[in-house]
Amino acid sequence: MILQFLWAFLVGGAICTIGQVLLDVFKLTPAHVMSSFVVAGAVLDGFSLYDKLIEFAGAGATVPITSFGHNLLHGAMAQAEEHGFFGIAIGIFQLTSAGIASAILFGFIVALIFKPKG
Amino acid sequence: MITKDNYKNSVKTYQGKPTLLKNCTKAFVIGGLICVLGQGLTYFYMYVFDFTEKQAGNPTVTTLILLSALLTGFGVYDKFAAFAGAGASVPVTGFANSITSAALEHKSEGIVLGISTNMFKLAGAVIVFGTVSAYVVGMIRFTIQQLL
Repeated sequence: MILQFLWAFLVGGAICTIGQVLLDVFKLTPAHVMSSFVVAGAVLDGFSLYDKLIEFAGAGATVPITSFGHNLLHGAMAQAEEHGFFGIAIGIFQLTSAGIASAILFGFIVALIFKPKG
Repeated sequence: MITKDNYKNSVKTYQGKPTLLKNCTKAFVIGGLICVLGQGLTYFYMYVFDFTEKQAGNPTVTTLILLSALLTGFGVYDKFAAFAGAGASVPVTGFANSITSAALEHKSEGIVLGISTNMFKLAGAVIVFGTVSAYVVGMIRFTIQQLL
């Protein structure tokens, strides 16, 4: 279990470091970095590589935004097995809906309650 | 002799890399710690609520998003992100922060035209690119699966 925490730290940290290099060396904006990471997650999952990373690193792979791309594809493929090509559209938000819905809900409530700072 | 131009050049060699190294270290440590927190939450949901590791993923992400939205509301997350760089924006907490901070920033324009329309100003790119790439990769992968 302690080893699992260590791997989560190392892998999660490494993914963030790649992001920092993209920001500092390649002068990308945070929005570009986040978009590229989501695409990278989907492509890696296309080759079934991201699951292996999750198995090994746990939250080190599920917490970074790359797992959003992985979950999009995973939901799509699960429904595609059942419904064919239409399944891709049916399933694409199936696994990510909790994340998107809660981000919208909490973001909205916080914006209503709090005053903007700075 | 030191002129404006050669001063910049001579200083340049000392400035570039140390900041990169420092920024990367900060991103590595903070990003890693957020993932450790996520791992702790995953175990919490697994042992207290008897979820499987896969099922624990959703509540873990939701909890992190709630924390990030609240910290953004208190004005803490943006300061924290200025310090941690990619360490704060790459984890899913950065996604929630981009939604909440965009909503807060435009609060003065009203609930419909301010909060709701501007919410996805930054996060929209993530959802669009994620959906399009997952769709394309999904089509290709499914076609190959059917052919094999």
